[in-house]
Amino acid sequence: MKFYRSHILIGIDDASLAAGVKEIEALLRNELQKNNLSDEINILETGTLGHFGTGVSMLVYPEQVTYVNLKKEDIFEIVEEHFLKGRPLQRLILDRSLTQNYDFNYKRRIVLSNSGVIDPENIDEYLGAGGYEAWEKALTTMKPNELVDEVKASGLKGRGGAGFPAGLKWSFTAPIVADQKYVVVNADEGEPGTFKDRLIMEGDPHKLLEGVMLCAYAIGASKAYIYIRGEYKLCIHRLEIAIAAAREYGILGNNIFGSGFDLDIFIKVGAGAYVCGEETALIESMEGNRGTPRSKPPFPGVAGAWQKPTVVNNVETLANIPAIIKNGAKWFAAHGVDGSTGTKVYTIMGDVNLPGLCEVDMGTSLRTIIQQYAGGMIEGRTFKAALVGGAAGVFLNDTLLDVHMDYNSLREYAAVLGSGAILVMSDTVDMVDMLWSVLRFFRHESCGKCNPCSKGTALLFKLIDGIRKGKGKDSDLEQLIKVSNGMQKTSFCALGQSPCMPIASAINNFRQDFLTRINVK
Amino acid sequence: MIVYLNGKAYEAFPGEQVLQVALRNNVYIPHLCFHEKTGKAAKCRACVVEIEGMPGLKTSCNVPVTNEMRVTTNSQQVLEAQRLVIDLILSSGQHDCLSCEQNGNCELQDAAYYLGIKKPSFQLYDNDYTIDDSSEFISVDRSRCINCGRCIVGCNQTVVNEVLNWGNRGFDTKIVFDTDLPMGSSTCVQCGECVQLCPVGCIIDKRSIGSGRTWELDKVETICPYCGVGCRLEVHVDRKHDKIVRITGVEDAPTNNGMLCVKGRYGFDFVQSSERITTPLIKENGKFREAGWEEAIGLVASKFNAIKKEFGSDSIVGLASAKVTNEENFVFQKLLRKEVGTNNVDHCARL
Repeated sequence: MKFYRSHILIGIDDASLAAGVKEIEALLRNELQKNNLSDEINILETGTLGHFGTGVSMLVYPEQVTYVNLKKEDIFEIVEEHFLKGRPLQRLILDRSLTQNYDFNYKRRIVLSNSGVIDPENIDEYLGAGGYEAWEKALTTMKPNELVDEVKASGLKGRGGAGFPAGLKWSFTAPIVADQKYVVVNADEGEPGTFKDRLIMEGDPHKLLEGVMLCAYAIGASKAYIYIRGEYKLCIHRLEIAIAAAREYGILGNNIFGSGFDLDIFIKVGAGAYVCGEETALIESMEGNRGTPRSKPPFPGVAGAWQKPTVVNNVETLANIPAIIKNGAKWFAAHGVDGSTGTKVYTIMGDVNLPGLCEVDMGTSLRTIIQQYAGGMIEGRTFKAALVGGAAGVFLNDTLLDVHMDYNSLREYAAVLGSGAILVMSDTVDMVDMLWSVLRFFRHESCGKCNPCSKGTALLFKLIDGIRKGKGKDSDLEQLIKVSNGMQKTSFCALGQSPCMPIASAINNFRQDFLTRINVK
Repeated sequence: MIVYLNGKAYEAFPGEQVLQVALRNNVYIPHLCFHEKTGKAAKCRACVVEIEGMPGLKTSCNVPVTNEMRVTTNSQQVLEAQRLVIDLILSSGQHDCLSCEQNGNCELQDAAYYLGIKKPSFQLYDNDYTIDDSSEFISVDRSRCINCGRCIVGCNQTVVNEVLNWGNRGFDTKIVFDTDLPMGSSTCVQCGECVQLCPVGCIIDKRSIGSGRTWELDKVETICPYCGVGCRLEVHVDRKHDKIVRITGVEDAPTNNGMLCVKGRYGFDFVQSSERITTPLIKENGKFREAGWEEAIGLVASKFNAIKKEFGSDSIVGLASAKVTNEENFVFQKLLRKEVGTNNVDHCARL
């Protein structure tokens, strides 16, 4: 194998593509060649490097220097100073004062262990990182029910938001005898502020595929669909490359590894509706119908896609499976806390120094996540609130900063882990505006199938809009809570059942904001 | 099996939903989207009840009964939830009963009456829908629509005309014809199934508007006079003015299951037409005169006999009608074969 003295990892994601990463990369290659460095310095395209709002960025090994906000004209200087003279260009390096406590947590990563490390478009790199070992182990040494038991024992819960035990879900579908079963991957990541699935698929598409394969084998499905939102162009592109490579290597297809098991994976592109993240609406949309939820029962596990038994799992859930099968349930359960095993990928946004993603053990406190993994609050601003779990989440105030981020601890505060989005707000943010924005989202995304949601979300928005415009009354606050509670009891699916969470937590934790707005005439 | 509704035991059958058991036993639960023909939809959410052992509230239209199931339909929690649902619907449209054709025959009105809602609590109505009366027989007022979806299921799954469907999303969801065309320009064949299924005053018979309140009309059950299918229908008659106001299909009829075609439902103006022929007519010297049946049939028989004598039986041909029953067609071919003596008999449906 060729020896390089230095490796440059360039983060390719939607944001850096928009910032012109491809041109900059071409220029860099050109400059290196001009200086006869092509044989010494290797350029690797990889997924996101984990921090956001930093334009085109690249990580240089072995120095571990991260350059951010690169422009074309910077390349000449970097090549000259860093690669020829060996002096990293200080002015473009990610501010170390922000990152002195920063920790990518690579040692504990499960889902994102390869993201930002390997080239997602090259199957060999995934194989080199231990990829498809679990798949080979499962197909050659394990029975399907052993996989189900292993996942059950791991305590893995669904990472899409509801937190339903994944192994239990599989165990409903696995014993059903049917001529066709399906695995459907919910990659319709629609929760505002959530982009973890995008980063998993962009950074390590094969890990998702391996998870899908293991799930398909466990439940006896010979076809799998990845329902992915249409905006995720790069994910779709990389998944297509990954699926084609897996087919070529015989990892997908007929009689895989001589085991007699057949499987193929297809991509279905969604049209962008929040409600299609609900599994039955997703299936409806996948079948070509209007994306509205179905009555349950029957649950998809019994009659899902095309009325066949179907397991619908979130991307992050499935991306956990290879590690569980490879290392065992015990190893997995050693991550996290009792009742919430494993790690969780969070996407952190708002008034923090390093918005981006992190993968940490379940049960890590919100304070630690903000301080250690998001670079802390922007200087001069104090923490006011965090919206945890996306629009269908809750607003936590500073008294709850030390809450442990796991299913059980959050439930004590009527909060949910949800999709893992954390929106951090400083005292510059008015909660009326925030709630207005959340309720506008619900109004826009209601599918219109059931009355309480389609009409209720319109009413909730009308009430908050009145308050925001200074036309509110004290009674409007009680009305918001009363109506959203009624919707929680009567709505068809989780969309209409959710607004009560942000509403109650915003009004109860930040009542003064609302009263101020109501009393200013 | 036994199901307890508000503590009282009722007999129930496997496969029934909770709502069906309740309605069969006159225990009212507000419901708007459920209809025996279009089935459970669980869309309107008005039929929520408490069921012992199940968390939260459940829509009674899509919970199959199990033995010993205990259902509460009238607790504070249930009524409050139902009230919110109906209130939101009332707040989101123009549900004024005063001049509505369906006043007294409206399932939304029934629900509001049961729950004691005097007027909507909120004002959400801001769509400026105009009434679509572009079609021949049906008027559509979307401001009265409650998005129950019965018309859509009826159009697509019962009569399978596939004209109606949903348009837009969320609060702006509405029923549309084809690609949101006016009903009169769409592929609608005016069978009126949607009118029959609409629980409120949204889709109504255009020609009946203003010609009588539902409680002023006598319902007379009869058989459709048009074709041999024999659909059962109900004629709504205004006795005071001796006038037919509208026709509806009989829901549990085995022949038509409530469905009718455009002729059966709307082609009733001939009944009271001044041009209707009420006695046989015989043409003499180029002019018709009224005659009795004896005379008319006697004349026809003598003419046929004369033709048969002169030119033979096979000079006569009989063409039967699809408007009469199978039995009548049988008698007709027998007349041709036995009395006239020819096999020249055919039926218009073969053309």
